[in-house]
Amino acid sequence: MQAFTRLDGRAVPLSLANIDTDQIIPKQFLKTVDREGLAKGLFYDFRFDGDGKEIKAFVLNRPDYKGSSVLIAGDNFGCGSSREHAPWALMDFGILCVISTGFADIFNNNCFNNGLLPVVLKPEEVAVLMDEAKGGNHMVSIDLEAQTVISPSGQSFHFDIDPVRKDKMLRGLDFIGETLMHGADIDLFESKRAIGQPWLEL
Amino acid sequence: MSGHTSPQSSPQASSRTLYDKIWDAHVVSQADGEAILYIDLHLIHEVTTPQAFAGLRAAGRKVRRPDRTLAVADHNIPTEGQALGVDAVADEEARLQLQTLARNVKDNGIEFFPMGDIRNGIVHVVGPEQGRTQPGMTIVCGDSHTSTHGAFGALAHGIGTSEVEHVLATQTLRQEKARNMLVRVDGQLGPGVTAKDVALAVIGVIGTAGGTGYVIEFAGEVISALSMEGRMTLCNLTIEGGAKAGLIAPDDKTYAYIQGKPAAPKGAAWAMARNHWTSFFSDPGAVFDRTVVIDGSALVPMVTWGTSPEDVIPVTGNVPDPESFPTPDKRAAAHRALDYMGLTAGQPISDARIDRVFIGSCTNSRIEDMRAAAAVVQEAFLHGRLVADHVKAMVVPGSGLVKELAEEEGLDAIFKASGFDWREPGCSMCLAMNPDKLQPQERCASTSNRNFEGRQGRAGRTHLVSPAMAAAAAIAGHLVDVRTFLEETV
Repeated sequence: MQAFTRLDGRAVPLSLANIDTDQIIPKQFLKTVDREGLAKGLFYDFRFDGDGKEIKAFVLNRPDYKGSSVLIAGDNFGCGSSREHAPWALMDFGILCVISTGFADIFNNNCFNNGLLPVVLKPEEVAVLMDEAKGGNHMVSIDLEAQTVISPSGQSFHFDIDPVRKDKMLRGLDFIGETLMHGADIDLFESKRAIGQPWLEL
Repeated sequence: MSGHTSPQSSPQASSRTLYDKIWDAHVVSQADGEAILYIDLHLIHEVTTPQAFAGLRAAGRKVRRPDRTLAVADHNIPTEGQALGVDAVADEEARLQLQTLARNVKDNGIEFFPMGDIRNGIVHVVGPEQGRTQPGMTIVCGDSHTSTHGAFGALAHGIGTSEVEHVLATQTLRQEKARNMLVRVDGQLGPGVTAKDVALAVIGVIGTAGGTGYVIEFAGEVISALSMEGRMTLCNLTIEGGAKAGLIAPDDKTYAYIQGKPAAPKGAAWAMARNHWTSFFSDPGAVFDRTVVIDGSALVPMVTWGTSPEDVIPVTGNVPDPESFPTPDKRAAAHRALDYMGLTAGQPISDARIDRVFIGSCTNSRIEDMRAAAAVVQEAFLHGRLVADHVKAMVVPGSGLVKELAEEEGLDAIFKASGFDWREPGCSMCLAMNPDKLQPQERCASTSNRNFEGRQGRAGRTHLVSPAMAAAAAIAGHLVDVRTFLEETV
């Protein structure tokens, strides 16, 4: 997994509640057997019309937001389907951090498993960022070590994050490798289970 | 377990919730502040696994417990011509994904019900139908509607593909414990009110993010009275309320459902298993972080008006005013939803004329759903009413076995006589990854689980309803109250 330490980048505002993973990447892009190249499907129905023509007014298509790496989103971002293609598509597009008042659980986990940082701030703080990101200067800084977001105008917001997840994100750990270090515990659990619940061993 | 405190027990082990008990029974070890939780059953399908198997191969890792893994092909398969096999699937990408799954399960010795096998179907229909789903288990799948299996008192939830790879390699997941929520539904459901309506009503009350960070246990008179299939519908939709999982304590109905299923314990093992399962209930005095009480007797058939499952009203209600929503992002979302859905604030929802009906999905494609819809269709038929001329209606049974049973009962004949299309099993137009999809602006009464923008086809408009309500809408040609629709003049 990719490590996340610090990010200075353009922020793009998307002020809608309950953006689901079907919006983030529609189903026609899920028929792949790869993780790469999913940027083309990111927010597809927001970015393109029925004829595949770019919708100029959509914020991610505007020249001043080209190359954005931070998304400021409405509440409950990433709800719905468990598709990990959502963080894959965001990252492939260059978005490495999403800031919202809340994230859906599976999407949140998927982000942490890929090195995309989901940051939860208070509603009034997200409102400030949303507002400032709509202005001329929309550069923000995210410092994971310090747990701060600095807004375009220089306001600093602290965010909370689970210390375990923070540590893994900073180091970009291989989760499976870490768990396999506990192989003896898993062996022990399985042998106890085989005795207590033998019907599961058939 | 008295007089002995294992390190896996929670501190106040005397009074535990059902969730606490399943959790405690599966903690392999604590690592870096997280629990490593053992997974009893891993269900897999073609769409969310290819990258996981590729990851395993790249790292030279093996599937730890192929015997605790079961594969189906459901998300992108066509709902006709399945007997021709995967090579006949027209969509090249879908075909490659199906072939990739077939190769991966073969290489790793995982049981697989391929397309065309009578046991194949939607993963959350197949698990219970095969008796693979059992009380007290931990069950995961790379699909958010894995919450379905909570109906059996199993801790079941969706995971991403990285986690699929983690489970394949280790048969565990790293987890932080969620909080406990109790949703108690008292009273008795009235005629025409189903588990689907209860689920939509609960989401309407707590909101689509209301369950975030919680495992919800459902209890109360209404829940006890629900059939296993109704309980599956309810738990299936828990994810639409944002919860990690839904749970219902197992009871005699649960055991009766499992007994005799292919993977159910047999003989002496049955008694042993059943005895084990009876320990999975919330102790009296167990503490829930949040409790929601709903009067089931007051519920009516529900229908969604917008593009989130929380956008739900009684079928007798009117489309709400977006300006009535509390926050700017919710007002923006509601305005966008009305525009997308082609509805006007204040209009009666039953005015909405429909073009399509979809009866199916992991929410509502089991035999009781087929029977409930067919009963409405048959009643209408006896009143001389068929599927409305302008409506295209389809029924997609949840598995080959559901299809076979429905046909034995003559349900397919009832549907077909009325003008419904009777299809082969799969996820179908719930997520429209296969050829079954809405055309832009088509309006659909659907028994599925998500009314998101574009979910059933680009620019398609989805109204979530129960199977009986979907059947009634097909005949009336608009959204309609199943309790009274045969009284209206044609």
